[in-house]
Amino acid sequence: MRKSLLSRIPTALLLLAVALLLSSCGWSMWDSPMTTVRPKSGFGRITHEIFMLISWWTLGIGIAVEAGLLWVCFRYREKPGAPIPKQVHGHTLLEVSWTIVFALILLIFAIPTIPAIFKTQEAPAATALRVDVSGRQWWWEFKYPDLKVVTANELHLPAGQTVAFNLHAPDVIHSFWMPQLGGKRDVVPGRVNRLTLAPDEPGEYPGQCAEYCGTSHANMRFRVIVHTKADFEKWVAAQQRPPVQPTDPLAQKGQDLFSQSACVGCHTIAGISGGVLGPNLTHFGSRKTMGANLLANTPENLAKWIENPGHMKPGVLMPDLGMRGEQSKALAAYLLSLK
Amino acid sequence: MATHAAYMAGTKLSARSVLWSWITTVDHKRIGQLYGVSAFFFFLVGGIEALIMRLQLAQPDGTLVGAQRFNELFTMHGTTMVFLAIMPMSAAFFNFMIPLLIGARDVAFPRLNALSYWVFFSGALLLHLSFLAGAVPDAGWFGYANLTSTQFSPRQSIDFWMLGLQVLGISSLMAGFNFIVTIINMRAPGMTLMRMPLFVWMSFVVQFLVVLAFPAITVALILLMFDRFFGTLFYAPAGGADPLLWQHLFWIFGHPEVYILILPAMGIVSEVLPTFSRKPLFGAPVVIYSGIMIGFFGFGVWSHHMFSVGLGPVADSAFSIATMLIAVPTGVKILNWIATLWGGRVQFSSALYFSLGFIAMFTLGGLSGVMHSSPPVDLQQTDSYFVVAHFHYVLFGGSIFGLFSGVYYWWPKMFGKLLDERLGKVHFWLMMIGFNVTFFPMHFLGLIGMPRRIYTYAPDLGWNFWNMVSTMGAFVIMLSFLVFIWNVIATTRSGAPAPADPWDGRTLEWTIPSPPPVYNFATEPVVHARDDFWVQKHGDGHGTPPRKGAPAAHVDTSSIHMPPPSYWPILLAGALFVMFSGALVSIYQVVGGGLLTLYCMIRFMLEYHHGHDVGHDVGPDVGPAAGGHH
Repeated sequence: MRKSLLSRIPTALLLLAVALLLSSCGWSMWDSPMTTVRPKSGFGRITHEIFMLISWWTLGIGIAVEAGLLWVCFRYREKPGAPIPKQVHGHTLLEVSWTIVFALILLIFAIPTIPAIFKTQEAPAATALRVDVSGRQWWWEFKYPDLKVVTANELHLPAGQTVAFNLHAPDVIHSFWMPQLGGKRDVVPGRVNRLTLAPDEPGEYPGQCAEYCGTSHANMRFRVIVHTKADFEKWVAAQQRPPVQPTDPLAQKGQDLFSQSACVGCHTIAGISGGVLGPNLTHFGSRKTMGANLLANTPENLAKWIENPGHMKPGVLMPDLGMRGEQSKALAAYLLSLK
Repeated sequence: MATHAAYMAGTKLSARSVLWSWITTVDHKRIGQLYGVSAFFFFLVGGIEALIMRLQLAQPDGTLVGAQRFNELFTMHGTTMVFLAIMPMSAAFFNFMIPLLIGARDVAFPRLNALSYWVFFSGALLLHLSFLAGAVPDAGWFGYANLTSTQFSPRQSIDFWMLGLQVLGISSLMAGFNFIVTIINMRAPGMTLMRMPLFVWMSFVVQFLVVLAFPAITVALILLMFDRFFGTLFYAPAGGADPLLWQHLFWIFGHPEVYILILPAMGIVSEVLPTFSRKPLFGAPVVIYSGIMIGFFGFGVWSHHMFSVGLGPVADSAFSIATMLIAVPTGVKILNWIATLWGGRVQFSSALYFSLGFIAMFTLGGLSGVMHSSPPVDLQQTDSYFVVAHFHYVLFGGSIFGLFSGVYYWWPKMFGKLLDERLGKVHFWLMMIGFNVTFFPMHFLGLIGMPRRIYTYAPDLGWNFWNMVSTMGAFVIMLSFLVFIWNVIATTRSGAPAPADPWDGRTLEWTIPSPPPVYNFATEPVVHARDDFWVQKHGDGHGTPPRKGAPAAHVDTSSIHMPPPSYWPILLAGALFVMFSGALVSIYQVVGGGLLTLYCMIRFMLEYHHGHDVGHDVGPDVGPAAGGHH
C-alpha cells in the first residue's frame, strides 16, 4: 500500500507541475507593477523578444529531456530475472550529432543576441532628453541638466521621447532598474554608465536598486512617472519655479526651523539652502512618496520620519536632529507646502 | 559514527586516545570523514540561515529580523554553502574515495592532507567567530568593492570575511596539489588515464580549477586587505581606481568555482548511473573530454556575471558567445547520462534516485543559465530572483543532489553500514518536492521584478503569494534532512553491516571490505579495463569471460607500512589561525603567530628527518603506491 503511494509520486508531481505551468501562462501576476515581461519601451521589447525566443526553445528542450528521462527510467526499470544488459560503450556518430545539434540551437540564440547587444548600447541621438541619475545610499537623484530641474526618487519622463540616462555613483555600486521599461544598468563609482530608452505610454512604473549596496538596499526604491508630452512640460514648468512662500503659520514655523537647523547642511531648497548630501527638497510637496518611494507623502509619515529616520529606513544617513512633537509637525507642514 | 575500531583492529581505546587518534590522523579515510561531518554541520548551519531568511520574506514588510541581520544572513548563507558545505563535502569524497578508486593506499602527501583539513577548520572557525564578535560579514558572498572599503564598512565584519576566505583558500590549494600528484602518480598498475573512473577524472579537473582559480581570489583578497589595513586605494574610486577590478578578479575565480562545485557531483552521477543500470557509462571519453572542456571554458566566461556593469558591446558579445559554448559540453553530458540508462536494467536505489534528481534538476538550471547567456535578456534577470532560482537549481538541484547520491552510494563503504533504502527514498521525495516548491516560484518572482538581497518588500507588487509558497517549501527541505539524519542514526545503531560489494559495483573500492582496512588494499590491484571489477565479475560482454577471483595470495598485512600519525598538521593550522586572527586583534599577535607558523612549518618539514621509519608497522613496502609519503 505504502509502496504504491511512493511509486505514484512522480506521476502526480509531473501532472501538478504541468498544471501549474499551464495556468501560470494566464495569471495576472505577469502584469504586476515590476513585471519584466510586459515591456513598455523599444529597449524592453528588443530584450523581451530574445527572452521569449530562448524561453520557448528551452521550455521545449526541458520538457523533452525530462520526459525522456522519465520514459527511459520506466522502460528500462529492473525486471526480475532479466539478463545483464548489453554492454554498450557509446556511439560516436550519435554523440557527434547531438553535440552539433546543441551548437546549432545555441547559434539560434546567438544570432539575434549579438545585434541586440549593439543596438541597445548605441550612443543616444543629440535630441534625446538628458537625465543625470545619481544612485546614493539609499535614494536616487534625478537631474535634468538642460531643463535646470533637480528632483529625487520620482523620475518624470515624457512618453515617446528618447531619454539618455547618464548614471553616476557618488558612493558605492548601485543598479538602476525600471523593470517595465527595460533591463538594468549598474551605477558604478568612477565611471559614467549609459542607458537609453523611450517609454511608450504614460503611466507609473516602480523601480528599485538591483545591486546590493548596504544596509537599506531593499529600501532604495523609486518611481517613474511617464506623462504625455504636454503634462511633462507642465511638470517641468512647475519644477522650474521657485517654491512658494508658506502662508500657513505652522508651515512658516517649519520654514524657520528648517533654515536655522542642520537640515540646510544636506538639503537644497531653492532660495533657502544649498546642501547636496541629501535629496533636493525644493518641490518636495509635489511628490507622492517619501523616503525613496517607501511611504505615502503624508504629514503623519513625514513627522514620524523626521523624528526617527532610522526606524523607517535602517542605516539611513540622515540623523535624528531632535525635532519632536510640534517641531516635526511644523517641518512636515513646511515641506509639504513646497508644491 | 565511524567505526574506529576497524582501523585499530582488536585494540580498545580510551576516549582520550580516540580523540588523539582523530586529531593526529593522516589516514585519508578518516580525513575524508572529518571533512564530511564538518561539511554536513555547516550545511545545516547554512540551511538554518536560509530558513530564517525565508521566514522573513514569507510576507511583505516582514519584521522577524532587521535589515542588518538579514544582510548578514545572506552573506553567511552564501559563503557557508560554497566554501564550508559543498566544497568540503566534495573534499570528503576526494579524500575517502580517490585513493580507493585508483587502487592506492593513501594520498601522495598524507600529512599535507591532514593539514588541509585543519586549515579548513581554522578558516571556518575564524569566519564564524564573527558571530561572537558581533561583526558578522554583511557585504554578500561576492563582497563587491567598494562597499567593502573601510569607508562604507567600517566594522570588522569584512575583515572576518576576507581573512576567513584567505585561510580557506590556503586549504583548498594544498588539497588541490595533493590530489593532482596523487592522481598522476599513485594509480594502480594498468590504470591508464582513460581507464580512470569518471569520479576521479572529474575530481582531477576540479583540482586544476582549484589551483588555477584560487590565486585570483587570493590576489583580490590581498588587495582588499591592503586597502582595509594599510589605506591603499586598489578599489577606491576616490583614488582613481576602478571598483570593477574586484569584480573581474572575483569572477575569474568565481566562475571556475561554480564548476569546482558541480564537477564532483557530475563525477558521482557518472559512477552511480552505470552501477545501477548495469551498463558502462555511455561515451565515457566524451564525458571526460566534456568535463575538461567545461573546466577550460570555465576560465573564459567570468564577465557573464557582469553584463550589466557596462563593459561595452564587444566584451558583452565575446563573453556571451563563450557562455553559450560552455552549454554544449554540459548538454552533451546530460544526453550521455540518459543514454547510459537506455537499454540498461535500472535498479532504483536511493543513490540512483538522487542521481536522477541531479539530471532532472540540473537540466532546468542549465536551461535557465542559457537564458541569461544572452546579455540583453540578462539585463532583466541579473540580480533578480530569477538568478537566485537559476543558481539554486545548479548548486542545490545539481551539486547537492549529486553529492547526496554519493552519500547513499558510498556510505556503506565509508561507514560499514547500509543506510535504510526506504528512508532514503522518503528523503529523496521530500527533498525533491521541497526543493521545487522553494525554488521554482523564484523564477516567477524574478520575472515580476523582485531583486535579490532585499530584506523586505512592499505588499502591492504581486510578490506575496510566491514568497509564501517558497517559504513553505523551505520547511519541506528541512524535513527531508531530518529524515536523513534519522536514517543515519537508526542505521548506525542497528543497521545491517555492509558487505564489500553491496551494489554489484564496477570499480576498485568494491573489491575491498567495508569499511576498508587502514591499508586499503592488501595487495596492489592490477587494472585491465575501465570498470575493472565489473569485468572481473561478469566479463566485458564482448567475449572476454570473467576473470575468476584474482589469486588470493596471502599477504601478511602486518608488514604493510603506513605513515605514522602526526600532530604537526593541527599545530601548524593552529599557528596559522593565531597569525590570521591576529590581524583582527593586534600586530603583535600577527608577528607572534607568524613566528609560530614558521616554527611549526620547520618542525613539520623535519619530522621524518630525526629518525627514519617511525611508521605503525616497519617492513618492506609492498608496492609503489604505499611508499608515496616519503
